[in-house]
Amino acid sequence: MSKRIEVRDLNVYYGKFLAVEGVSLEIEPRSVTAFIGPSGCGKSTFLRTLNRMHEVIPGARVEGEVLIDGNNLYDPEVDPVLVRRQVGMVFQRPNPFPTMSIKENVLAGVKLNNKRISKSDADDLVESSLQGANLWNEVKDRLDRPGSGLSGGQQQRLCIARAIAVSPEVILMDEPCSALDPISTLAIEDLIEELKQEYTIVIVTHNMQQASRVSDKTAFFNIAGTGKPGKLIEYDETTTIFSNPSEKATEDYVSGRFG
Amino acid sequence: MTTTITPPETRGPAAAPVSNSLTAGKLPNGASWMVLGGSVLVSAGLFGVIAFSGAEFNWVGTFVVAALVYVVTITLLSRIVEGSRRATDRFVTALVTGAFLLAMIPLISLSITVVTFGLNRFDAEFFSYSMRNVTGEGGGALHAIVGTVLMTGTAALISIPIGLMTSIYLVEYGRGRLARGITFLVDVMTGIPSIVAGLFAYALFAIFWGPGTRTGIAGAVALAVLMIPVVVRSSEEMLRLVPVELREAAYALGVPKWLTIVKVVLPTSIAGITTGIMLAIARVIGETAPLLIAAGFTNSMNYDMTEGRMQSLPVFVYTQYANQGNPPEAYLDRAWAAALTLILIVMVLNLVARLVARFFAPKYGR
Repeated sequence: MSKRIEVRDLNVYYGKFLAVEGVSLEIEPRSVTAFIGPSGCGKSTFLRTLNRMHEVIPGARVEGEVLIDGNNLYDPEVDPVLVRRQVGMVFQRPNPFPTMSIKENVLAGVKLNNKRISKSDADDLVESSLQGANLWNEVKDRLDRPGSGLSGGQQQRLCIARAIAVSPEVILMDEPCSALDPISTLAIEDLIEELKQEYTIVIVTHNMQQASRVSDKTAFFNIAGTGKPGKLIEYDETTTIFSNPSEKATEDYVSGRFG
Repeated sequence: MTTTITPPETRGPAAAPVSNSLTAGKLPNGASWMVLGGSVLVSAGLFGVIAFSGAEFNWVGTFVVAALVYVVTITLLSRIVEGSRRATDRFVTALVTGAFLLAMIPLISLSITVVTFGLNRFDAEFFSYSMRNVTGEGGGALHAIVGTVLMTGTAALISIPIGLMTSIYLVEYGRGRLARGITFLVDVMTGIPSIVAGLFAYALFAIFWGPGTRTGIAGAVALAVLMIPVVVRSSEEMLRLVPVELREAAYALGVPKWLTIVKVVLPTSIAGITTGIMLAIARVIGETAPLLIAAGFTNSMNYDMTEGRMQSLPVFVYTQYANQGNPPEAYLDRAWAAALTLILIVMVLNLVARLVARFFAPKYGR
């Protein structure tokens, strides 16, 4: 259910602008990897290259290789749609489909792809996904109500339920808690801890405590200045990054002496 | 037994009322209504005196002078009591309300006129007879109603798919020069005078069926030419309102782009798109000039879009008015009744659009 990600010499361009330069790293299956770094350093951009979501932005392109269990995502014959079915994503702002009920939102990955599913299978999938996202008890009585009527934290867990309902191998999270209050954040962090048993998780966060709480490994990205490409500065065990980093820039950033 | 009465504790001297530095002078509630009433009274009195000396009482003058008196009085009063900021507020409020009332006058006047004159012939016969072999009184506009429904419906069938797909292309796929060119041409098309659209359709069908042919389908094409840019523009706006996050959410679930558009983008914006389409229909259903050229006019029923001239409601109004026979009142009454029918159809379309918008709009209930 989870796969190993290997990135080799990845450059990401927006048109002619080099946004991220020379990233190489390996992400182990069933682990949580956190990306930290200042705004605009390319963490989110890099994260989106892991399921080819950056291609949604016109002019974005990539040089280098991203291997998921040895399969190169950027092989010319690869269908980005198939990649995204294996590598799910949760976004910064909760984005449930406003036209759909809670149940339909969870089933969106199935229904939107025109797949047939029996009613009992659908009910089971809804329950297991919502259980997996720790949301079942809160919404089980109102599955037919609109998903956009939930609170922000619940919506974000609904989005996680929607992502795990298509049983991906990897889940990417782009600042999933930045729009949430501390209690909802805690709920999501607990959830990440549980999801780790089955999925490979990569999370971008601005919250260093969060990175140190949830992740096994941490990658620190930095940028030399405006208009310069973002680079991977250091990638190591989370404890090492936060206690004994080998780079000065990392130490400055995690201790709050940045800039 | 003596009871001792303990004197109440003497409090300190009563605190001097602290003046609140945030207070400001304020006219009493309802002051504007009182001023308005006063202005009307003053103005009416003024014109009453004039009327007393023989002239007729001037209603329009009364209201104009009352409005002026009101604006001046309320602004001055407010300036004295409340200061200049609130005075400006009241002045602008009075102007905006006045502009609104002014804009309402033609609308209300038009509605009243059309209803009063239109009701004379708004009867069963009007909706069940054509004008075939009718001279003078009687007859009806069934052929025109059928023609309007057929031609507008066909125009909608032509322009909704074209317009919707164009807007989907512009929003979801279009990049660079081609998209910019289409946008420009759509803008140009919006400005086409309707008579030119009629000439275009007439010329187009003259190629196939020879000059002088006037058919319902030609009328429908003329209307479609007018309708397409409106549909493109309104649906484009609506599609752009769909947040990028929703598209990304669908992509991230492994949904292909076309399914994302069909199942996420369109359902999210369907309410707005439907409203836009209904307004586009309402815009072309009252077109007279292009139909006069492309579909001509007739007194007979015609259900065949491809053969023979076809009457429509606006052209019916025009022909009844332009070719009055004997007695002329019968023709004028039919024209008014047809006008009323047309307005009612447009009103029903607008109501349907409202209902559709309400039923299909994304729900945010808890």
